[in-house]
Amino acid sequence: MHVSLFSVRRFLIIFSIAWLVLITDHALVLQWFGLPWTAAISDSLISNALLLLIAILLLNTFRYYVPDMGQYMSVLGMVVVFTLFWLLISQWLLGLILIDYANYKIFLHKSLIIRFSIAFLILGIIAMIGIIWFNWQDQQKNEERKSDAEKLAKEAELFKLRQQLQPHFLFNSLNSINALIGARPEEARKMVQQLSDFLRGSIRKEENQFITFAEELEYLQLYLEIEKVRFGYRLKTATDVTPEALTWKMPSLLLQTLMENAIKFGLYGTTGEVLISLQAKVDDNYLVVSIENPYDPDMQTPKGTGFGLKSVRRRLYLLFGRNDLIEIHQQAGSFVVIFRVPAEEKIAF
Amino acid sequence: MSKVIIIDDEPLARSIVKEYLNKHPEMELVQECNDGFEGLKAIQQHEPDLIFLDIQMPKINGFEMLELVDQPPAVIFTTAFDEYAIRAFEAHAIDYLLKPFNQERFDKAVAKWRDQKNTTTDKKTEDLLETASLSPSQSQRIVVKNGSKIKIIPVQDVFYLEAADDYVKIHTQEGYFLKNKTMNHFEEVLDKQHFVRSHRSYIVNVQQITRIDPYEKDNHVAILRSGIKVPVSRGGYGKLKAVLGL
Repeated sequence: MHVSLFSVRRFLIIFSIAWLVLITDHALVLQWFGLPWTAAISDSLISNALLLLIAILLLNTFRYYVPDMGQYMSVLGMVVVFTLFWLLISQWLLGLILIDYANYKIFLHKSLIIRFSIAFLILGIIAMIGIIWFNWQDQQKNEERKSDAEKLAKEAELFKLRQQLQPHFLFNSLNSINALIGARPEEARKMVQQLSDFLRGSIRKEENQFITFAEELEYLQLYLEIEKVRFGYRLKTATDVTPEALTWKMPSLLLQTLMENAIKFGLYGTTGEVLISLQAKVDDNYLVVSIENPYDPDMQTPKGTGFGLKSVRRRLYLLFGRNDLIEIHQQAGSFVVIFRVPAEEKIAF
Repeated sequence: MSKVIIIDDEPLARSIVKEYLNKHPEMELVQECNDGFEGLKAIQQHEPDLIFLDIQMPKINGFEMLELVDQPPAVIFTTAFDEYAIRAFEAHAIDYLLKPFNQERFDKAVAKWRDQKNTTTDKKTEDLLETASLSPSQSQRIVVKNGSKIKIIPVQDVFYLEAADDYVKIHTQEGYFLKNKTMNHFEEVLDKQHFVRSHRSYIVNVQQITRIDPYEKDNHVAILRSGIKVPVSRGGYGKLKAVLGL
């Protein structure tokens, strides 16, 4: 759906003037060919009013369906059909109304080919203007989407930085390290290393970057190791990834955001052990990733999880121009998020 | 000998408190708890003198757990980072430990508790819980005790609230639950766009109302989706009309 050309004031003015000129010209030419004034004016008014209706119809059709600049034949076909349609109606209507004028019927018949040619030219020009206008709108929308995508990626980046440098996560990890130093210094050292690698990774990530699923997974692993030290036996993870999926390119940070969500949701929404399962495979030219966490139907979604899901949904839309790439299923104590990533060549820009 | 309980969902966080407690032989650790549910049970069972309580925990947070304890023991809060909690502590001059903390800081908190042991801190705890319940995560739900079970009621599931002596009856689909709070408390905590004090003794969930009928002179009655009738006073009618945009 596009903005109609008629809502642009400048176009409307030019269009109206052009039509007035057309009507006058039409009438003058007919009079020159010997028709009485009244007949010439009536003919011109009827023909051009009808042509105006057809032109509006044509432009409105383009609002819903814009042919490519490359599809010359279909545009040509459309204009021919519209012109013939106009010719049929105007011939019928003119014959009906101006029947009383002597020789008008013969004149009408003889002038059909000229009428067709002129109407064809006019409608052709209008079609071209329409296509250029609507294509330009499409392009603008794409531009807008692109800059929105960049902005959002930046926001996600910032949000993520905040998440990772998220005080809660960071201070609790430091607290765990503090506890480990006394009891199990080797493990403390290992966790310091993991935490550093993780923080470094979150700073280094470039915006809107496409990375392989394997890279994203490796980074995720660091996060999971830290969380497992923090939560001990309560947190269990199961990963099932096909070799094909590992090499698939995907936008960075998507998986991370959703996993963090699942863990937070699982750990703070239920008591007892929490199993987070991650599955990834390639199916029908899509990378299909599903993340499942247990949930308690009595509980409301914990604060903050909503934002993560929303931002992922929005990013997928901005990157691929589609709303159907993420689904959520809630059933019998489990909460599943499934997202799909098209092959790289399908990326909008 | 003082009895101590640690309530924290992270095992290493509990172990560091345990380690620091070693320096205080007069304090006996009677139980470690994973979450508020275990914590509540342990407090009722052991009647501890002091608890170390984490804020962010599974299902119900530390404040919500404390609300359910009839005679709250002295508490030292331990938290990594929670803006609302910290603001609440500061507002009521309550000592808390920010993770990670060292032995020195820990000893100080324990010493402070020991000095204040004889002065009553019940009022302080009550005020603290009042403030905490205004936080966005807590004002979306009401945690109640139903016998020995803990029930979490999302506020949108509440039909209406009714005053009942020292308690408030929270009416839902599954019957009513009692909460040891005042009507004024709920009037303040609940979202004013959705909950209206329709009467001195009633707060009604606006989204449950199907219609409002006149009732005797000057008074009205709100009919809920479930068919229940809730009294509406003259003042309450005005408030309801304002919220409903009538």
